[in-house]
Amino acid sequence: MRTRRFSAVAATLLTAVLAAGCGGSGSDAPESAPSSAPAAEGPVKLTYWTWVPNMDKIVAVWNNANPDIQVTVSKQAGGDDASAKFLTAAKAGNPPDLVQAEYQHLPSFVAADAVADLSQLVGDAKGEFSEGLWNLVTLGTDAVYGIPQDSGPMMLYYRADLFKKYGIEVPKTWDEYAEAARTVRKKDPKVYLGTFSSKDPGSFAGLAQQAGAQWWSISGESWKVAVNDAATLKVADYWGGLVKEGVIDDMPYFTPEWNKALNDGTLLTWPSAVWGPGVLDANAPKGKGKWAIAPLPQWNAGENVSGFWGGSSTAVAAGSKHKEQAAKFATWLNTDPEALALLVKEGAIYPASTKGQGVLTEAPAYFSGQPDFWQKANEIAGTARGFTFGPNVNVTYNAFKDAFDKAVQNKSSFADAVTAMQDATIADMRKSGFQLAQ
Amino acid sequence: MTKRKGARVNRAGAAPYLFLAPAMVLFTLFLALPIGYTIYLSLRRVQVSGLGLGRGSRREVFAGLDNYAAAVADAELWAGWLRVLGYGAMVLAVMLGLALLFALMLDTAHVRLARFTRIAIFLPYAVPGVAATLLWGFLYLPSLSPFQGVLEAFGGEANLLGAGTVVYSMANVAVWGGVGFNMLVLYTTLRAVPREYYEAARIDGASELQIALRVKIPILIPAIILTTVFSIIATIQVFTEPTALRPITNTISSTWSPLMKVYRDAFVIGDVYAAAATSIVIAAIALVLSFGFLRVVKNHAFGEG
Repeated sequence: MRTRRFSAVAATLLTAVLAAGCGGSGSDAPESAPSSAPAAEGPVKLTYWTWVPNMDKIVAVWNNANPDIQVTVSKQAGGDDASAKFLTAAKAGNPPDLVQAEYQHLPSFVAADAVADLSQLVGDAKGEFSEGLWNLVTLGTDAVYGIPQDSGPMMLYYRADLFKKYGIEVPKTWDEYAEAARTVRKKDPKVYLGTFSSKDPGSFAGLAQQAGAQWWSISGESWKVAVNDAATLKVADYWGGLVKEGVIDDMPYFTPEWNKALNDGTLLTWPSAVWGPGVLDANAPKGKGKWAIAPLPQWNAGENVSGFWGGSSTAVAAGSKHKEQAAKFATWLNTDPEALALLVKEGAIYPASTKGQGVLTEAPAYFSGQPDFWQKANEIAGTARGFTFGPNVNVTYNAFKDAFDKAVQNKSSFADAVTAMQDATIADMRKSGFQLAQ
Repeated sequence: MTKRKGARVNRAGAAPYLFLAPAMVLFTLFLALPIGYTIYLSLRRVQVSGLGLGRGSRREVFAGLDNYAAAVADAELWAGWLRVLGYGAMVLAVMLGLALLFALMLDTAHVRLARFTRIAIFLPYAVPGVAATLLWGFLYLPSLSPFQGVLEAFGGEANLLGAGTVVYSMANVAVWGGVGFNMLVLYTTLRAVPREYYEAARIDGASELQIALRVKIPILIPAIILTTVFSIIATIQVFTEPTALRPITNTISSTWSPLMKVYRDAFVIGDVYAAAATSIVIAAIALVLSFGFLRVVKNHAFGEG
């Protein structure tokens, strides 16, 4: 017992030391490189911040083939913290050369002048991606601020076995979903059809996209902000009504409780993105082979649209001394067939590249009950629509958490929470001096 | 005579400065400079023009005292202070009360398993705050909590992370982690007291309780004041417990405590300038509170001051 505890402590310390070592050499690289600059002496060294699993293996393939451009991976924790860390590093003047940038954070990187415009460096990469995804890295301008890497089209994950047990059809519309939620509560008061998470603005944004929301848009030289547009209010009122009625649970995603509910079958659906299998596999091992996917329920019968939750691009820091080489690597990583195959196999991502999506054939082991998982997913991906993200998504997302926490807690109006998001977003943009259209 | 004295001072030459140097360098590098930079940042802000995209559309400009005005005028900051004061008063009273009680009990003549008990009470202090909070967080979560059944059996309000209960749950974590340290400070002071005092009291016919109340506690007053000041400063800075519990409950906002607001402003919203101004305001209030407390107890406890 004692030795085990000790070895755990030792391992932790060792990791800390190693991490510190990596961080040190990472921040040194761009500093020391320029002295040995004009490419003549030695290879160019690039640092890359990413949280894609096994990226070091993928990068090793590049490093072997490109002795002149050596990339070092620095593993990051994902999510909002990663974006804050990158912005801070860019402000401090020692950013990594390459960074994994989630689509919703890219505009704030651009606004902070932290990422470079690659439009002169990436050639015809545009043709590799769907127009919707490409717009997410250009922000609708002529510049290119990153190369799309993965995307997160949303779909409905559901427990096929328990749907049968409770006698529910897979809901085709949100009305049917609400009916099914009521049915489940009647059949077993311990079980919920779904839950509304007040901690995941990305999920809510995806559902709003499906309904046709446009939270930000650019008209001429000014921003138009419409977080509380009709589509978003419709989504908010729908979920607010279900939570108030008590037919949908209100526990946040990615909590120990949620894991438990997924695992023991007391939560039957999860409207989530294509990266869902990894999460389910890790947190609900007992559900293996029992989950299935379907398109998201629709707002109007006969429609077929979805939204995006998550997804990211590879961006080059504005402070990088080797933008050209970095752009070359980013393009290779996200468009080269070999790299795409590795990203799928080692990194377990859903590639943004249209060509890369074809690589996916064998269903994830967790979805052994659904051999056509990727065909279905690819079909759904084609129906997903996004919107332009604004320069202060972090403010909007933070306001989401605070406002919806309160709304869920007090069972108060979700529409008011959306208005709070809009107000916070506008106030912040006005304070900074952004030009706003009325 | 005076001449020689002066000569001796001169002979000391650079030595005192040399001895002082490490401390001064560290103080300058890691305290004075960061504080100075924080003050500098607090006087500035970002000015965006147009869409704010692309080069040169974002400039840092002098803001005067605007950030301070905004910080002081923000109702959320003061609501945060109120929450922290309520929480702090509870933590302080319970934590120091228990610490004193345990210290006195351990110091009584006849106590079994003193060593073990001392270590058992102190041990939680060695658990890092985040780990402690997560550990308790799991115990609080309705569907996982072992307390759940017990609470329900007594017909109690079951959700330990509910709007009305979460502050007590957080205070519990702080008390659990803090009692040991404070107890140790008090206990060590008690052990340094000459045993003859107690003997004398006993010969005069004092019971153990009377010795504790009339002899030990008065002797402990300076140590109690010390632990109180430390605890006041620590509770004003409460950050770990609410931040670590926030992901699993929807009852803690991102601005629950003043320091959480600073963190949110700086690293979530990305406005380091506003965060810097709020930090300075918080530091000023913390100084006033701790020195204010010291002033009050100085006059009351030591009389002659």
